[in-house]
Amino acid sequence: MNVTEHLPILQVVLPLASAPLAVLLRDRLAAFVLVLAATWAAFAISVLLWLQVGESGLISYAIGSWPPPWGIEYRVDALASLVLMLVSGIAAVVLPYSRASIEREIRPDKHYLFYAMFALCLSGLLGITVTGDAFNLFVFLEISSLSSYAMIALGKDRRSLVAAYQYLIMGTIGATFIVIGVGLLYIKTGTLNLADLGVRLQAMTSHRPVLAALAFLTVGISLKLAMFPLHQWLPNAYAYAPSAVSAFLAATATKVSVYALLRFYFSVFGETAVFQRLPMEDLMLVLALAGMFVASTVAIFQDNLKRLFAYSSVAQIGYSVLGISFDSVTGLTATIVHLVNHAVTKGGLFLLLGAVIAGMGGVTLARVQGVGRVMPLTSFGIVICGLSLIGVPGTAGFVSKWYLILAALEKGQWWLVFLIVLSSLLAVAYVWRFVEVAYFHAPRADLAGAREAPLALALPAWTLVAATLWFGVDTSLTVGSASRAAGQLLGIAP
Amino acid sequence: MTGFLDHYDYWVMLFLAMSGLFIVIARGNLIKKLVGLAILQTSVYLLYLAPGKIVGGTAPIVDAAFTVYSNPLPQVLILTAIVVGVATLALGLALVVRIREEYGTIEEDEILHLDADPADPADNASASQR
Amino acid sequence: MILRVIGKLLIPFILLFALYVQLHGDYGPGGGFQAGAIIAAAMVLYAMIYGLSTARRVFPDWLVESMIAGGVLLYLAVGLAGLYVGGNFLDYFVLDADPVTGQHRGIFWIELGVAITVCGVLLKIFYLFTQRGQDQ
Repeated sequence: MNVTEHLPILQVVLPLASAPLAVLLRDRLAAFVLVLAATWAAFAISVLLWLQVGESGLISYAIGSWPPPWGIEYRVDALASLVLMLVSGIAAVVLPYSRASIEREIRPDKHYLFYAMFALCLSGLLGITVTGDAFNLFVFLEISSLSSYAMIALGKDRRSLVAAYQYLIMGTIGATFIVIGVGLLYIKTGTLNLADLGVRLQAMTSHRPVLAALAFLTVGISLKLAMFPLHQWLPNAYAYAPSAVSAFLAATATKVSVYALLRFYFSVFGETAVFQRLPMEDLMLVLALAGMFVASTVAIFQDNLKRLFAYSSVAQIGYSVLGISFDSVTGLTATIVHLVNHAVTKGGLFLLLGAVIAGMGGVTLARVQGVGRVMPLTSFGIVICGLSLIGVPGTAGFVSKWYLILAALEKGQWWLVFLIVLSSLLAVAYVWRFVEVAYFHAPRADLAGAREAPLALALPAWTLVAATLWFGVDTSLTVGSASRAAGQLLGIAP
Repeated sequence: MTGFLDHYDYWVMLFLAMSGLFIVIARGNLIKKLVGLAILQTSVYLLYLAPGKIVGGTAPIVDAAFTVYSNPLPQVLILTAIVVGVATLALGLALVVRIREEYGTIEEDEILHLDADPADPADNASASQR
Repeated sequence: MILRVIGKLLIPFILLFALYVQLHGDYGPGGGFQAGAIIAAAMVLYAMIYGLSTARRVFPDWLVESMIAGGVLLYLAVGLAGLYVGGNFLDYFVLDADPVTGQHRGIFWIELGVAITVCGVLLKIFYLFTQRGQDQ
């Protein structure tokens, strides 16, 4: 047996196997160690896969040795390997953090179940990315969604239950729409393999069931990725979930959904069918702009920092969608770069907010007054992430906005450049709300004694903050992989 | 010549899907919403299963006596989808049980009303001073 | 009284039928999912006739939870066994010198894992919901 040949399946199976083992062990320390080992192994595997894809361009793995169009195929290309690395990397950082974090937020006898759920969610997200089979994608989507509903419901605040319920309803409607879309494609073509679908659909892209399938898939996946105006579930879910869960989901769940959207649009339906025969460009442009402006404006008026930055996530998803709407290599590069950069930034931000909750007992603006004096390092980190959300040069956010602006200029749409900069000003406004409260107010008397976050919380958070800065300076990893992936999606590069 | 009702299975599927979706949107009771969700999911089973059946076809177990077989794959897929549906419903009902324990009601508007009250009085007190 | 007698008579046959569905899955309709659901149904019937506490003595909570995890692990173990003897993941062809026998062997263990997990999950759901009502 040669392990390097089986990396695509081990990528999913290792975290998946750690979940039932964690349940069998029934001990929180043992479960933590086990899931941590599986998560780090998954990250190592994703790096190896990324290197392999860099050499060969495409890896295909036949489950059960049934050759691809008949059996389930696992397929790793440039885009998939980048998203795998992103998801497992974020998980590898968030899991150590979660040990110290859930200590404060979840009942101790439920900890081993939390780790099992985390492992399930991770394997679901990795499975969506690695699979080349449409129905398999739906199953993994549900694995990750069901475990994330359960993890959100573990939040301390009772509103987390309602948030999880709403997410469950919206998410299930989305997933059902995806299955309907896949079913219509299956009825038309008789295949579920994504690559095979892509070939067979070319002859029938104007058939009505195929167009209906495109519509169902678009709405279903848009619900999952919280594209404006289908984002209603997101703010509450992120705001009331346990801190580690907020960070993990904000950094990965919507990103993987964007990946699924790209996969269906460019690998299955094909760019001509989606963008040249249908007015999808205009539709996505309008929705993206609406999301950027409405969600940023709503964010400015939030009193809870987690909710504020959750609305900011909706706005940032708008940037990703904007990149897709350009339908060009530069536009897709911007989308993919933004996936990575925003994941790293938002992950770090929510981890730091978790540290603030640990120190100050909450993240309402009224409560975090003067946090800049009580917890200087943590607040400084939040400011750095905030600058990245705005898109200040030297941070990761600048790079993605730069490529978005390049893509807009390529299309000759000067007014869009103006709008992108204008929406960044809205980001300045909501980040300023934190800065003002944190640095220009005195701490509340009862909280003046709060101390800086412990190392177990600070270290993972700062890892992501450092990555935010690093990706703002050295873009060879992010932009290099992203432009390669964009070329592959549009069928230009091998 | 295909008539309006030749593909009646699709009409049934559409009717079920739309009624399910309508219940989810229009009802305020959390349990009723889950019932609607279950109907919506069930409609998808029909979408997959109906085209997989061939009139006169039998289960695909090779035997000299039969020549026409139905496609087994949709049934396998839907078995998976049923499992997913059961899991979703169980989790949804478990959440409703917990919501009922915390809020004492399962009506959406009453829950929203309860949540409008300040959850952390200390925060709101200082907010009004500001 | 009637319920108890009929229940005692019925439950063994339900379990026997479950075994038939489980083991005949290779050649006829059936398989682990259906068998697991039938076993769970027999247990639910048992719990309804003899009371939840008796049922939880027969099938304790830790056992049910281990069944959920154990079944999945059995499934994954079969998949990894395919890897170990030189095939791909979930490759049954290589599980025996004769590929057809290998297929039979692979699907047997897979279905067993499915049956255990499905039975465990359904019982766990049943216990969790009925338990809630009794605690209050």
